[in-house]
Amino acid sequence: MLSARTILFRRLEAVPEGDRSARARLALLVLAAMLVVVASLSVATGASDASLTAVVKWWLGLVPEDTLSQRDRIVIQEIRLPRTALGILVGAALAVSGALMQGLFRNPLADPGIVGVSAGAGLGAIAVIVLGGTVLGPVVSLFGIYALPLAAFSGGLATTLLLYRVATRRGQTSIATMLLAGIALAALSGALSGILVYLADDRQLRDLTFWALGSLGGATWTKILAAGPVIALAFVATPLLARGLDALALGEASARHLGVPVQRLKAAAILSVAAATGASVAVSGGIGFIGIVVPHLLRLIIGPDHRFLLPASALLGASLLLLADSVSRTIVPPAELPIGIVTAVFGAPFFLWVLLRRRGILDL
Amino acid sequence: MIEASSLTVSIGHKLILSGVDFAARPGEVTAVVGPNGSGKSTLIKALSGDLPYGGSITLNGRELSSMRPAEAAALRAVLPQAASLSFPYTVREVVRLGILGGHSGTLPHQEQSLPERALARVDLAGFAGRYYQELSGGEQQRVQLARVLCQVWKPVLDGQPRYLLLDEPVSSLDIKHQLLVMRIARAFAEEGGGVVAVLHDLNLMAACADRAVVMKNGRAVAAGTPADVMRNGLLSDVFDCALKVGVVPQGATPFVLPQTAEE
Repeated sequence: MLSARTILFRRLEAVPEGDRSARARLALLVLAAMLVVVASLSVATGASDASLTAVVKWWLGLVPEDTLSQRDRIVIQEIRLPRTALGILVGAALAVSGALMQGLFRNPLADPGIVGVSAGAGLGAIAVIVLGGTVLGPVVSLFGIYALPLAAFSGGLATTLLLYRVATRRGQTSIATMLLAGIALAALSGALSGILVYLADDRQLRDLTFWALGSLGGATWTKILAAGPVIALAFVATPLLARGLDALALGEASARHLGVPVQRLKAAAILSVAAATGASVAVSGGIGFIGIVVPHLLRLIIGPDHRFLLPASALLGASLLLLADSVSRTIVPPAELPIGIVTAVFGAPFFLWVLLRRRGILDL
Repeated sequence: MIEASSLTVSIGHKLILSGVDFAARPGEVTAVVGPNGSGKSTLIKALSGDLPYGGSITLNGRELSSMRPAEAAALRAVLPQAASLSFPYTVREVVRLGILGGHSGTLPHQEQSLPERALARVDLAGFAGRYYQELSGGEQQRVQLARVLCQVWKPVLDGQPRYLLLDEPVSSLDIKHQLLVMRIARAFAEEGGGVVAVLHDLNLMAACADRAVVMKNGRAVAAGTPADVMRNGLLSDVFDCALKVGVVPQGATPFVLPQTAEE
């Protein structure tokens, strides 16, 4: 009888040189397992002492109903679970948006943060926070708690569409124009946000600071219901985009010569990025570096093939954001550090290291 | 057949091609020659469907502008002059992109090993695991050729002849690989496909092409067999320097020596 080990090695032998798809499949399995572990830890970690084993036993009905206190049950169900779920959603959305945008721009440094999509989404959100009591009062009373996510999504989408209008001429999108226009739009959104911050009162300022640095703190099932479907839409589109993005790495003309409908591919990728970024900015604020570090790291391990890079980014992005969130929750108890600070402290030096190591091969 | 008639292309307000008539038949290697800036690359780009054009271009009788990218991709593959990659793909992963559209014409189980066969064909056997960015310019050009060959591996599919459009395929190659690439083009034509190649080397054109189209100032000024266009007056006029065509003693292949140019 063949052991699993023999089968694995036989398969590895049969893999042609330069074909990393077997390695990528294995990596997907490992990353999925890692996410399960990290998510369990995330549910088990927190200021309250409800432990994971107690919770799992209680769920499985192995222990009597009253083993967990009422308080612990509420902590788990209404605070930790939604927070973990939101972390998975947002981490996956940020990493996939980054990978999509890098594929679209054929530039390993492209990121929704760079082309102004996050800034546009942020402007929408800040407008609702600051002007919600006055000018935008009717919007807030109409949409209620959905006003903030909707405004951020609209801001992100408006930026992306404007960007597309500016950079597209006669059906051709110029990558260079798009990057430059993105920088200009990010600056404009930043300036308008600055004006709004200047108008804000003390209470709003505290909200804004926390939100601007990013946090999974306010996670509720309502937020997940608001952001989840939008982010899921973007995920559904990614398998259809993968092969096209690989072809696009050769350049737009070569991709078209290979039969890829390039303009449609670009439009679909842009909409996916706007949806995923807008929705995640709305529910968690500005969390940086996940979208740029995760795809980079994965390209080093499994290569740039988007069929594997996109799902692997979703899995690793979710895991890393949950880890960062655990750090932000536990490092200065009982207070909580904004998660954006954690991702930047770990992400920025890592990113610099990657750049230094790979600058030759990436031809940056 | 690839046929263009009264083909006009402008980029911005500048007319690059004006009223070009062009034909490339299956079974033949058609060379496009001419001085720098004469419109050779623009012609290839127009035939590839990269530029809006006036007049008409047909691919096996169908108007190019009405074809979807996937339909055109099943009939022709295009070798770019140079291609840089933004991400660290391996050589095999680049070549494999040629099979993307699924029209190589080989059976599914053969398609698995097609990248290796294509690489062997361009004298790059054993390069599959290398990173594309680490290769020299000439090696990268041959990797791209291997990718393009995968796309139209069978020169005739479902009774339709298919085409290779090659923009300066030998520009960064040593002489051994120049000849190799031209042999690959010839073999593709002999199996029933068509080849259009922009060439700078008139001797290579004379030795390898069945037909040549001579471009100058955005017009096709002459077309015919290599012997038809390798004429002193025509070449001197087109390239704006006095050239004398010679013939090697033992054969009929005409050649031109750069040393014959007069100041």
